[in-house]
Amino acid sequence: MPVMTMRDALNQALREELARDRSVFLMGEEVAEYQGAYKVTRGLLEEFGPKRVIDTPITELGFTGLGVGAAMVGLRPIVEFMTFNFSILATDQIINSAAKMLYMSGGQFKVPIVFRGPGGSAYQVSSQHSQAIESWYAYFPGLKVVMPSTAADAKGLLKSAIRDDDPVIFIEQERLYGMKGEVPEDEDFTIPLGVAEVKREGTDATIVARSLMVPVALKAAEELAKDGLSCEVIDPRTIRPLDIDTIVESVKKTNRVVIAEESHPFAGVGAEISAEINERAFDYLDAPVKRVSGVDVPMPYAKNLERLAIPDVEEVIAAVRAVAYL
Amino acid sequence: MSSQTTERREKSNTPAGGATGVLDPPAEAENQTHRQSPPIEEDRQTLVKIYHQMLLIRRFEEKCAESYSLGKIGGFCHLYIGQEAVGVGAISALRDDDYVITSYREHGQAITKGISPDAVMAELYGKAGGCSHGKGGSMHLFDKRVNFLGGHGIVGAQIPLATGVAFASKYKETDQVTLCFFGEAAVNQGAFHESMNLAQLWKLPCIYICENNQYGMGTSLARAMSLQNVAEKACAYEMVSEFVDGMDVLAMRRATQRAIKRARENYLPTLIEARTYRYMGHSMSDPGNYRTRAEIEKYQKRDPIKTFTATLNDHGILSDKDIADIEAQVKAEVERAVLFAEESPEPDPSELYTNVYANPIEN
Repeated sequence: MPVMTMRDALNQALREELARDRSVFLMGEEVAEYQGAYKVTRGLLEEFGPKRVIDTPITELGFTGLGVGAAMVGLRPIVEFMTFNFSILATDQIINSAAKMLYMSGGQFKVPIVFRGPGGSAYQVSSQHSQAIESWYAYFPGLKVVMPSTAADAKGLLKSAIRDDDPVIFIEQERLYGMKGEVPEDEDFTIPLGVAEVKREGTDATIVARSLMVPVALKAAEELAKDGLSCEVIDPRTIRPLDIDTIVESVKKTNRVVIAEESHPFAGVGAEISAEINERAFDYLDAPVKRVSGVDVPMPYAKNLERLAIPDVEEVIAAVRAVAYL
Repeated sequence: MSSQTTERREKSNTPAGGATGVLDPPAEAENQTHRQSPPIEEDRQTLVKIYHQMLLIRRFEEKCAESYSLGKIGGFCHLYIGQEAVGVGAISALRDDDYVITSYREHGQAITKGISPDAVMAELYGKAGGCSHGKGGSMHLFDKRVNFLGGHGIVGAQIPLATGVAFASKYKETDQVTLCFFGEAAVNQGAFHESMNLAQLWKLPCIYICENNQYGMGTSLARAMSLQNVAEKACAYEMVSEFVDGMDVLAMRRATQRAIKRARENYLPTLIEARTYRYMGHSMSDPGNYRTRAEIEKYQKRDPIKTFTATLNDHGILSDKDIADIEAQVKAEVERAVLFAEESPEPDPSELYTNVYANPIEN
């Protein structure tokens, strides 16, 4: 199986889906002539032409609403946000239009659209360009929210998102774009939305991690194994709808759980997973659910402060030790 | 009365707000009210249909006000009374397969585009027989079969959506056009300006119709907009625009026909500013204390239906008896709609959970 970066896996998914279905088109800032601010869309303009790979002005609300309108009448737009920080300008169209259209039209107008781009922490770009906002979108019924952590997942999930008939928020992680992994080349390779994956099996504690925190959790599990502590690492991959069953099954086996996330703790996805575990598996828990979250402050610029703001391997190890009373 | 085009980018007088916050149509348009209406080109059938639709949506809205007072209709309810010429005139110029998308003041436009008064009234009643199956209500009327893409509740949000619908027509290489209605208050939203820029930049077959009824809820145009000539704003995007007397249904029809020609033949957008007036409050809960009775009466003297009745009568197109017959027909249609709504069942409780996702995932 070929090994490639997550960036190239995403590019392959886009290329295959553009080739497969003429109703799919891609638009966003710098996606075409510039080849993508993060090069995820490299080569697509040359292959599919300016009708289907479209540079937009910097007008997030405008092109997001345009995409939703086009989806209402049969197209399947992929809207790239240069980063999800800029999607904040477009939230009215994502939340009030895309998420609710099918429901408030009594099932008449589906909105098959993918909003994708990098989200979460970046490198030293301070408060406005380095934040994880998946809990905002995950809050709304009508939206699906996907966050891949490996190259193969990125490809398989993006292809499913594009083929899905609902609006999908697809949050990539800038820090993972260069991460390599084996990726199936089969054009029919997809990964279903709403299905978690056990990234590492274990028996003593469960670590639920998503996106950037998955490699962090795997590293922590590796370190803990040296001390004889066997950790199971679960990546939900889709945040909404959440595959809570897989998480609960794991907790019933390990009786201890740590949730690692780079987002803020307050009203976050980790808080939701924690609440679900408490409701469904309270009697199985040998320790309170523990969250390891991004610090509850805006992201600072200085390198040392930024490092302190995002959970690292040591913090996850400490949290697992805490729930294991070690 | 005809319209005034800004195609030549002539600067027209910006009307100023008066003591009561009243804004009159631009001076040119005011003068034209004393001129003769344009010669009637339409056949009798078309004219009767237009007349019927205007009267139908007037009586329908009057019935809505009544039903709302009786507690049969809940939530927000924004009535279209006074603005009928805008929606009917514009939509009368469309083909059936063209699209209409609009704001929350949309009952009349929905009916004119082809949703039955029964299905609209049932929707207002929150019934299963409603055009959105009771899930949308007054502000969210939809009907895919007649390409009516909704009723949208956030001021100006339908403008980027309309731009996307027009984008899709061009992408699919059809010659369908999209009519997008919005009030003048939406013009101050970024969504309007972002859409205007994209539509002209990408040459999209969208017709933007600003229904300038001169008040954004209780705030007059003079208190809300620095440049109060909406049509003129198209210049910022090099888009063709027209100012139209929104109280004249045939003027609206002609202006829309010109815009449709540009859209169908050359994929070009147009901004139409229709100066009009709503007689009722912003919604049913608004007593309208921000304007005077005299101001309302001034516009009622130019009532679009009365004026059109007189025109058709003068031209011998409708006799007094024809007019009485249509009135009786309309009355029966509205009564039937109320009966349908009353008798339609409430949505089944299981409907609460349907239509959240097109591809639901069980977890």
